Amino acid sequence: MMAKNSLFAALALSVLATAPAAHAADPVKIGFITTLSTPAGYLGADQRDAFLLAMGEEGGKLGGVPVELVVEDDGLKPASGKQAADRMLQSGIKLFSGVVFSNVLGAVAPGVLAADAFYVSTNAGPSTFAGKECNKNYFVASYQNDAFHSAGGQAANELGYKKVVLLAPNYQAGRDALEGFKRTFKGTVEAEIYTKLDQNDFSVEMARIRSMKPDAVYQFHPGGAGITFVKQYANAGLSKTVPLLMPGFSLDTRMIEATGIAGDRAYLTGIWSTETDTPASKAFVAAFRKAYNRTPTLYAQQAYDTAKLIGSGLKAVDGDLNKADAFRAALKKADFKSIRGDFKFGNNNHPIQNYYLMQLQRSENGAGPLVPVVVRQILKDDQDVYAKACAL
Amino acid sequence: MLLIFEQLLNGLQYGAMLFMLAAGLTLIFGIMGVINLMHGSFYMVGAYCGAFAIIQTGSFLAGVLCALLGAGLYGLLVEVTIIRKLYQRDHLYQVLATFGMILFTNQAMTLIFGRTPPMVEIPPMLSGSVPLGGGLEYPIMRLALIVVGAVVAVGLWYLVTRTRVGMLVRAGADDREMVDALGIDIRKLYTAVFGFGAVLCGLAGVMAAPLLAVEIGMGERILITTFVVIVIGGVGSVRGALVGALLVGMVDSMGRAFLPQLLQLVFTPTIADALGAGLVSASIYVLMAIVLIVRPKGLLPARG
Repeated sequence: MMAKNSLFAALALSVLATAPAAHAADPVKIGFITTLSTPAGYLGADQRDAFLLAMGEEGGKLGGVPVELVVEDDGLKPASGKQAADRMLQSGIKLFSGVVFSNVLGAVAPGVLAADAFYVSTNAGPSTFAGKECNKNYFVASYQNDAFHSAGGQAANELGYKKVVLLAPNYQAGRDALEGFKRTFKGTVEAEIYTKLDQNDFSVEMARIRSMKPDAVYQFHPGGAGITFVKQYANAGLSKTVPLLMPGFSLDTRMIEATGIAGDRAYLTGIWSTETDTPASKAFVAAFRKAYNRTPTLYAQQAYDTAKLIGSGLKAVDGDLNKADAFRAALKKADFKSIRGDFKFGNNNHPIQNYYLMQLQRSENGAGPLVPVVVRQILKDDQDVYAKACAL
Repeated sequence: MLLIFEQLLNGLQYGAMLFMLAAGLTLIFGIMGVINLMHGSFYMVGAYCGAFAIIQTGSFLAGVLCALLGAGLYGLLVEVTIIRKLYQRDHLYQVLATFGMILFTNQAMTLIFGRTPPMVEIPPMLSGSVPLGGGLEYPIMRLALIVVGAVVAVGLWYLVTRTRVGMLVRAGADDREMVDALGIDIRKLYTAVFGFGAVLCGLAGVMAAPLLAVEIGMGERILITTFVVIVIGGVGSVRGALVGALLVGMVDSMGRAFLPQLLQLVFTPTIADALGAGLVSASIYVLMAIVLIVRPKGLLPARG
């Protein structure tokens, strides 16, 4: 009886609470298509939760404008992502965000842009939309896909590695990763080892690496394969003799937790770490931990920044997306405080930003879990190589 | 030379792992006539149950026990509630039902254990590596996998060829009705075989947990290779599963280890690396095709 009464009261209250809002301007709807199921579902969940955190800090607003997040799961399938986008476009949504994977974005973005709607990327930044095919309504608030790998090549130069072995799965993103690394690396590549996409044991590769005795290993393996690689690298005793270098998303916060201390002393490249020492970043990490009881991944940081960027645009047009030109111009100005530090857009609406070298070190004076400590800046105000081909 | 020996051990270890999965699958497929796509799910359930117990208690032994129990009980449950109704049906029904169970199990594990893959340490007694002469050091955990695989192989051989249960299983495969008519409850027997296959998967899962990522969907990735193993070895034959597993393990490991170098003798490194990767991915399927051409029923089929 009690429960029923309080339920009724809650209902009545919520009706009261929403009633005045109906008279005010309707909230701006943002279509948030992301990956919430499959083993990679935690990426989308972190993006969604960080975006909601940014909204929650303003009481359901971004840039002072009431917003509503319409979330849909793409299940890591391009076709499902496209269907969700089409449905949302028909319901009148003009602003989209949230896609984690480049192959899904490849299906979502063209339809959105053809309908003159906006897309602001929280993660995926494929080269397809960075060069000739760049679009005035398409913004990337994270990074161009190649950037972490190019930063990896530069980091290897600065760390003095002359002879490296590269490993990646044998598919498009894997080959792109190694190309990106080789673009900036000046030493010799001892071997490029392409692993099978579904490979779950790397003992053979470990033995090969040991026999080649390189100065360092650069590897990119997403998801479970990445966890396996780091564990087996330590288990084979290689982590003590050959430094391991990888892009930040190859060992994100969740994956660090799943590898214990196996990744000790490994190097990561990226734009941000939980240990980034700025007040805004520290506040974000603390707020995220408090709200969700877990440590944010880099995906969460990117989504939080995306929300702030969208807020800066909405503020300029007071939430009226029909003023497309003014909204676009405001987004391009990137007049928001990014928790990663300096941020601005290049001509192709992709970031010009700094990249850092991080090292996994044990916290609490060597007794706690691993955290990515920022070692130094490796690229300053870096712009992707595709921007030149963009006519914007 | 040392490298070749190390890679041989790697092949052996991969083979041992595949054998533990393939032995159960080949019994279920060959003897019970059920195509069980969810065999990999038992492997995942075993790995998760083992990881959970190891994290809770800190004891690897408890993990092994929990993995065997978890996978075994889940196997029995699935057999009694779903598979049993499908023995007389077409293979297509079995494929559909067990594929559905893959999706169900994945979601159930996500709900129970969450999305973050659990971290399993290598138990202290199996951590580190042993010198095997000539400066070669090999991780003890991997040696343990080889030993466990060998013990399972010997145990299975004994069970199938030297015990009454094994005899009944073989008889049931040949003529189900006849065994039934002789007063043996074949249904119970099948339930036991299915559960036993799941237990072996659980064992493989917990042994792999410290080495691999324990994650949702880990079973599907190894399932296809496991099917390749039993097709090469001959469906329904445990001996065939052993030979198939070792063959696949060796071909895969040796291919990955030496094919790119061999190709480098002929091509430039960039082409050799890319070409090698492609050929290595296809190697076990090529092996399967060759075996099927020469011996369409597999290397050591259960029945002539």
